[in-house]
Amino acid sequence: MKVRGIYWGLSLAVLGAVVGLGLNLGRAKGQGWSAEELKTLEGLWIGSLEVLPPDPTNRYADDPKAAQLGHQLFFDPRFSSNGKVSCASCHKPQLAFTDGLPLGKGVGTTARKTMTIVGTAYSPWQFWDGRKDSQWAQALGPLESPVEHGGNRTQYARLIAQHYKAEYEALFGPLPDLSKLPTSAGPVEDKKAHAAWEAMSEADREKVTRVYVNLGKAIAAYERKILPGASRFDRYVEALRKGDTQGMQQALNPDEIAGLKLFIGKAGCTNCHGGPLFTNNDFHNTGIPAAAGLPEDLGRAQGAKQVKADEFNCLSRYSDAKPSQCSELRFLKTDGHELERAFKPPTLRNVALTAPYMHAGQKKTLREVLEHYNTAPQAPAGHSELKPLRLSQKELGQLEAFLKSLSGPLNAPAGFLAAPRQHE
Amino acid sequence: MTNSSVKPYGKKSNVWKWVFGILGGVFLVFAVLVGYMIWRMNYVPAGLDYSTTQTTANGLYRVSYSSGTSPIPINKLHTWTLHVETPQGQPVEDAQIALDGDMPQHGHGLPTRPQVTLYQGGGNYLVEGVKFQMGGWWVMDFTVSAGGKTDTVRFNLLLK
Repeated sequence: MKVRGIYWGLSLAVLGAVVGLGLNLGRAKGQGWSAEELKTLEGLWIGSLEVLPPDPTNRYADDPKAAQLGHQLFFDPRFSSNGKVSCASCHKPQLAFTDGLPLGKGVGTTARKTMTIVGTAYSPWQFWDGRKDSQWAQALGPLESPVEHGGNRTQYARLIAQHYKAEYEALFGPLPDLSKLPTSAGPVEDKKAHAAWEAMSEADREKVTRVYVNLGKAIAAYERKILPGASRFDRYVEALRKGDTQGMQQALNPDEIAGLKLFIGKAGCTNCHGGPLFTNNDFHNTGIPAAAGLPEDLGRAQGAKQVKADEFNCLSRYSDAKPSQCSELRFLKTDGHELERAFKPPTLRNVALTAPYMHAGQKKTLREVLEHYNTAPQAPAGHSELKPLRLSQKELGQLEAFLKSLSGPLNAPAGFLAAPRQHE
Repeated sequence: MTNSSVKPYGKKSNVWKWVFGILGGVFLVFAVLVGYMIWRMNYVPAGLDYSTTQTTANGLYRVSYSSGTSPIPINKLHTWTLHVETPQGQPVEDAQIALDGDMPQHGHGLPTRPQVTLYQGGGNYLVEGVKFQMGGWWVMDFTVSAGGKTDTVRFNLLLK
C-alpha cells in the first residue's frame, strides 16, 4: 500500500509538471504571449489596418473637393425640417461620432442607438441591420427619416442650389432648374410632401434624386476620411513587436494586459470583435433583451431584405459600380434563422466614449455589457450565439480595463473633426 | 470509520498514503476541470479529415477545392475553384452544384450565399461569394448533380 500511494503521488506530480511546462513553453517567447496569441494581437493592431479600400459605388469618394463639401453638409443644420438637425447632431466628433444617448434624437426619436461613422468605409454594410451597403446610401436614410432630419428631396436640392451652387456644380455639373418644382416633395412619410412627389413627372423626380444622391456622395467622401488612430493598446503591440519591455509596461498595466488575454482567449471576444477595427462587420444575435416600448426589431432578417430592395444599393442605377463589383450584394444572404435579431458588432475602438451600448442603448455601462456576456441570457427572439463565460468579477474588471485602453485620437485630415467655420 | 484512518498516530505508511491520496485526488479533480474547460471552449471532434480532396458520400465523384486567396482569409469575400471528376479521374462536365457552409459549434452558417457562377472547363467550377466571418471549425457541403446522378460531399476547414 505504501509503495502504491507514493507512485500515485509521484506520477501525478510528474504529469502536473509536464502539463505546466507544456503550457509555459509556448509562452517563453514573446513576453508571456504564445506565437498564436501574438498573431491575434497583430491582427487587432491598428498597423494591420489595410489601406482604405476604394468605393466603386461613389466615383467622388476620393475627391478632396467632394470631401470638403461633405464636411460642410455634415455640419449644416439647414438640412432638416426644423433647421436644427445636422448629421453632427447625433454624430458628435467629441464622442467618437456618437451622441451619448440610448436612442438617436433628431426632430423626433429613433428606435435605435446612433452608430459611429468612424472607420465605416471599411464595412460592406451600414446601420445595425446593414440595410444600406455604402456610406452615401447610409447618409441618405436619416435625411428622409421623419424622426431624424425630417426633410425631403426637393427641399434639399433647393438648399444646395441656394447655399452650395458653385461647389456642387464644380463637382457634379449644372444643377437642374428647380424653380417650377414644389418646395417640399419626396418619397417620405409626410403625406403632403409625398403627394407632391407623386404629382411630379418621372423626369423631374429623376433629376431631383440625382442631386440627392450627389449630396450623399459628398457626405460619404467626408466620412470616409474619418478613421481611428492609435490607442494605448496599439502602442503596447508596437512595443511588443520590438521587444521593448519598458514601452509595453508604459502602454498597458497588468490588469489591462490580463483583460487583453481574456479578450483574445477565454472570453472569445475576437470571434466577432476581431481585426484592427474590432468588428467583423457581420451580424450576430447575442440575446440582447428587447428595449421596452419599442416595436419588435428583427435586425438583420429585415435589413438584408431592405438592402436588396434599396433604391440606392450597389446594383442600382445611382451606383457607379459595375455589377461585378457588387459581390457582397449579389451573394447576400436574405434568409436563415441566424439573421433573426442579429445586429452588427460595432467597432470597440473608443468604446469608452460611446455609452450607452447595444442597438437600442439597453446597456448603460461597459460593466453591464460584460455582465450580459458573462451570463448569456436567452434571446427574446431567434437564437443567441453566446454561451455563458462564467468569468469572475475580477476578470470582468480586467476586461473592462482593457476595453478602456482602446481609446485614442481619431485620424482625419486637418479640420475635419470640428465644424467648418461657417457652421460654428 | 473502522480502518486505520481513525488512528492519527498509527503506522507512518498510512499517513503518507493518505497525504498522497488526497493530494493526488485534488490534482485529479483540478486536471479534469481544466480539461473540461479547454474542451468546452475549443471542442472540435477529433479525427476530422481536413483534406481538400474528398470522395462524395456514395462514391460517385471525387471533388477538390482550392481557394483563390491563400491562406483562406477571414471576413473577406473570395472565390473557390471546385474540381469535380469521376473516381477514375475523368473531369465531370456541366454539373449542377449547390453549396452551403456551417459552423457547427456556433449555430450559424456563412454570412453569404455563395454560388457556382461559371463552368471553366476541365471539370473546374468557379464559386463566388465565399466568406467566413470568423475563425474556427467550418464545414462546407456541396451537392453535385451530373447526368441525373446526385451525390454530396463535405469538407472540414479549421480557419485561423
